[in-house]
Amino acid sequence: MAEAQLEANVRLQAGMAIIDLRGDIDGFAEAALVAAYLETSELQPSALALNFSQVDYINSTGIALIVGLLARARKDKHPVIAFGLSDHFAEIFEITRLSDFMRIVSDEAAALQGTAEEKSL
Amino acid sequence: MSTQIRDLWRILARSGEQSVPAAEPEASPASVEIAPYDPLVAYLQSARGVVEIDRLELDSAALRSLREAGVKLTVPLVAQGELIGLLNLGQRLSEQEYSVDDRALLSSLATQAAPALRVAQLVRQQKDQARRSERLEQELRIARLIQQTLLPRELPKLPGWEVAAYYRPAREVGGDFYDFIHLEDGTLGVIVADVTDKGVPAALVMATTRSVLHAAAERLISPSQVLARVNNQLIPNMPENMFVTCLYSVLDPLKRTFRFANAGHGLAFRRGVGGVSELKATGMPLGLMPDMRYEENEVVILPGETILLQSDGLAEAHNSRREMFGFPRVKQLLSDHPSGPAVLIATLVAELERFTAGGWEHEDDVTLLAIECSALGGKAAETARLAAPEVTLLPLQAEFNIPSRPGNERLAIQKVSEAVQDIDLSSSRLEKLKTAVGEATMNAMEHGNKYQEDLPVHISLQASNEKLSVFISDHGGGERIPKAATPNLEAKLDGLQSPRGWGLFLIQNMVDDLKVTSDETHHTVELILHLEGGQHG
Repeated sequence: MAEAQLEANVRLQAGMAIIDLRGDIDGFAEAALVAAYLETSELQPSALALNFSQVDYINSTGIALIVGLLARARKDKHPVIAFGLSDHFAEIFEITRLSDFMRIVSDEAAALQGTAEEKSL
Repeated sequence: MSTQIRDLWRILARSGEQSVPAAEPEASPASVEIAPYDPLVAYLQSARGVVEIDRLELDSAALRSLREAGVKLTVPLVAQGELIGLLNLGQRLSEQEYSVDDRALLSSLATQAAPALRVAQLVRQQKDQARRSERLEQELRIARLIQQTLLPRELPKLPGWEVAAYYRPAREVGGDFYDFIHLEDGTLGVIVADVTDKGVPAALVMATTRSVLHAAAERLISPSQVLARVNNQLIPNMPENMFVTCLYSVLDPLKRTFRFANAGHGLAFRRGVGGVSELKATGMPLGLMPDMRYEENEVVILPGETILLQSDGLAEAHNSRREMFGFPRVKQLLSDHPSGPAVLIATLVAELERFTAGGWEHEDDVTLLAIECSALGGKAAETARLAAPEVTLLPLQAEFNIPSRPGNERLAIQKVSEAVQDIDLSSSRLEKLKTAVGEATMNAMEHGNKYQEDLPVHISLQASNEKLSVFISDHGGGERIPKAATPNLEAKLDGLQSPRGWGLFLIQNMVDDLKVTSDETHHTVELILHLEGGQHG
């Protein structure tokens, strides 16, 4: 089985750093995730959003990587939003209680809207 | 050789230079048979150019035949040192002698014709081979179809009893079959049999034997009488050199008795409180000699005891060093694995895979039946007596080995997904199963096999209309498997705990039930999805 790859591309949208994830989040994804997070830190974002809409596979090692990323974001005081999760991955986020520590929304528009609402409060 | 020469003769006949009328080539004396060891063959093999038949002095039947056919000249067609045909010529129509130019032309023609003829022969051989292969494949398909049609799609449901079955056909489709017969008195007839030979003939004998066995079992109670009657009924129509070995038994789920007779079949084992013992009964195979008598014996199966019935495909499997798996090894494994029938069978199959290390070419069918008494008495047993067969055991969907290499859990997920595609699982359930399989395989590769590629993870599936089981075995026996605990996410986020440690927790939440069994050499995780009345999502 070929080693899966994860692409993690960072962009800034309305002050929110979005990491577009494409591929598999497993043991091979660590370098890409860490690099992406460091890139977002330089952007001084108001929030960090993880776009899972093109993620095919997440395993327990991938969950651990997300936990690690979430821990760093909390330390850096960046709220984390996740969007584009499939029903299955959304359920895994609930089971693991990751959803207690990051806001889960359906898509990018909802993520941006939520951030805007938070700003206006 | 004779065919080739006959063909050449026909070519010659159509060319006009022949000893027979050109208008009737097909009626020509075309068949000049040349035996492979005729001295003429050796002579022509080394001859150069045109050979005058009348000048040859050989004690050769072929030479005489050629002369009688009116052949005057022959030109050997040799390709790559092999005599592949002859260019034979009769008397010229002008009745003149062949000239030097004629002979030179014939030699040149033979030089060019020989490779072309060889190519044509090879093409024809390939076509013949392709036709033979296609016919063999077709026969194998028919044999498989017959065999699969005859194997039971239902396992008996007997409260207080667990029954598991395994069947894997050989590449050439052997003659194994097993069956269950629900008898009128509430007992259960159990058949394990093996027809000698393979392919369609074996499948047809299997079909006949099964019918005769059913008819006899429904009329007679005693297993020995059943086998004796079946033997006599089979003999008149049994093809030469074929026979059937069969162990026929009757299980009384209420009395917990197991009566059996054996017509030359492999050993059956009983795993009881006192260890593993052989269930012995003597008798000749079915279909060999008339009026045979069969020994009959009976054992009482206590709660927790297991009967293992089998064909010889497991015990007689060979590894690459031509060592045999052997009945003693089967017996030892049975002794070492005091768990349920399904796990027992999964363990035996995993051991077979390990023993043959993937080099097994499915020499023979493998059939395994395990029956375990799981403690039952009184009224519950009375109810069990009348229970109808309700569990449908689908044929084993798949089994395979996954090399222990990082990332290979994806391969396991893919193969399991393919194997369960005919099972009616919602997409949500399927996704959960895939996650559970991936996690269990990762654990097996990492913790059980330490990512040693020569230690594969063995995965097998069994399905009934009640549940789907996926068995995932590694070589990490003897080590304790921690119980799944709910990870403390707050502690992980605060850096007080490793962010890892989600595998078992995920598995437990993805399937309806999770069973872990282990012995000194293996861990087996059974992932269970209830298919009816279970947790459907």
